[in-house]
Amino acid sequence: MSQTPGRAYPRESLAAHPPNDAPAYASTRLRAPRRPLVILPHTLTELTGPAYGHDSVAEGENDLTLGHAGAPLGERIIVTGRVLDEDGRPVPHTLLEIWQANAAGRYIHVNDRHDAPIDPNFTGAGRVVTDASGGYAFTTIKPGAYPWRNHHNAWRPAHIHFSLFGPSFVTRLVTQMYFPGDPLLGLDPIWQSIPDARARERLVSSFDIETTKPEWALGYRFDIVLRGRGATPMEDPHHG
Amino acid sequence: MAERGITPSQTVGPFFAYCLTPEAYDARGIAGNEIAGPDAAGQRIHIEGRVLDGAGEPVPDAMVEIWQADGEGRYPEAPGNAAFRGFGRAETDVDGRFVFVTVKPGPVPGPDGAPQAPHIGVSVFARGLLNRLATRIYFADEPANEGDPVLALVPADRRETLIARAVSQGVYGYDVRLQGEGETVFFEI
Repeated sequence: MSQTPGRAYPRESLAAHPPNDAPAYASTRLRAPRRPLVILPHTLTELTGPAYGHDSVAEGENDLTLGHAGAPLGERIIVTGRVLDEDGRPVPHTLLEIWQANAAGRYIHVNDRHDAPIDPNFTGAGRVVTDASGGYAFTTIKPGAYPWRNHHNAWRPAHIHFSLFGPSFVTRLVTQMYFPGDPLLGLDPIWQSIPDARARERLVSSFDIETTKPEWALGYRFDIVLRGRGATPMEDPHHG
Repeated sequence: MAERGITPSQTVGPFFAYCLTPEAYDARGIAGNEIAGPDAAGQRIHIEGRVLDGAGEPVPDAMVEIWQADGEGRYPEAPGNAAFRGFGRAETDVDGRFVFVTVKPGPVPGPDGAPQAPHIGVSVFARGLLNRLATRIYFADEPANEGDPVLALVPADRRETLIARAVSQGVYGYDVRLQGEGETVFFEI
């Protein structure tokens, strides 16, 4: 929990987010607020937050291919990255929760009616806490694309949902990681809702031969940047 | 000046429950809707409400998170503190309902050291919400609301949307209206 006074989270960085009102994503139509947001100065309530550390995650929760009678079907992948703040500082000891569809594009959620098979060896939920340098790693399988009813012949690009806390109420983030070269990205109103093309690209992981394990799994890199409090930037060895 | 841009938000989607609120899937979540144990400082209360859409229909697939101080205005240092976690999560049911079991927060410091009226920070996530919506819960029976620096920023005719009212002994009612008449005040934080 961070309560250091005197440094503010800049608001300019919020421009990276999609607008709430995005009519091409049909579910926004009755759910997105219409009134302008009221600007809230950050008080102790916003500058503190739940601190989920290593004791909140059990051994193996970052390997989604384990915990069942057999191995899940699909292309085994390793997703690694770092959680940084916008000043380039690592965000250590923060919780990531992820969930995803199976290789056939089906979630185990009871409301998922997609006519694709459930994999008895795959649940699709995991957790990990970042290490001292903000690093994390998951082992999973590549999720499949799936149809949804947003518009005629609508398909979501393959994606993994990410939920992060960061150090405060302000830094809370829920987002989705996509895969490079996916032809569905250009047709996806959820990804396309992000107005700035550079910001959009930050949600697309990159294939990484360095973390690809021979005879075992493909590696993808996905760094996540949370809001920061305007401190002096530090050197970032991965973006030098 | 920011060195690089932040990662943009995306919707939580309709299928988060088996990860984020997985009790119905016989799995352990990191947080539930019980924020305070019997030993927490403060008056024990329930907060009950519904999430409603622009047509006034219940939103059955939302997640509501709260973050609050205990009855003495203290934010917890660690959520592992069983007496008072400060943080809770609830998914809405088919009728859009959620409930939290907690304590009524005490006043906490505000800008310039002036106290803020007792309040709870709220985040709402759902399919159709591309961003987390941030709002607050205040309590109708708190005279300190009059001088609260945040409520003062909210147009007077919309303050009611932030105020929980006692519906029975120890139970406060508070609805989130995402859109339309009586739309809840949401904050840019």
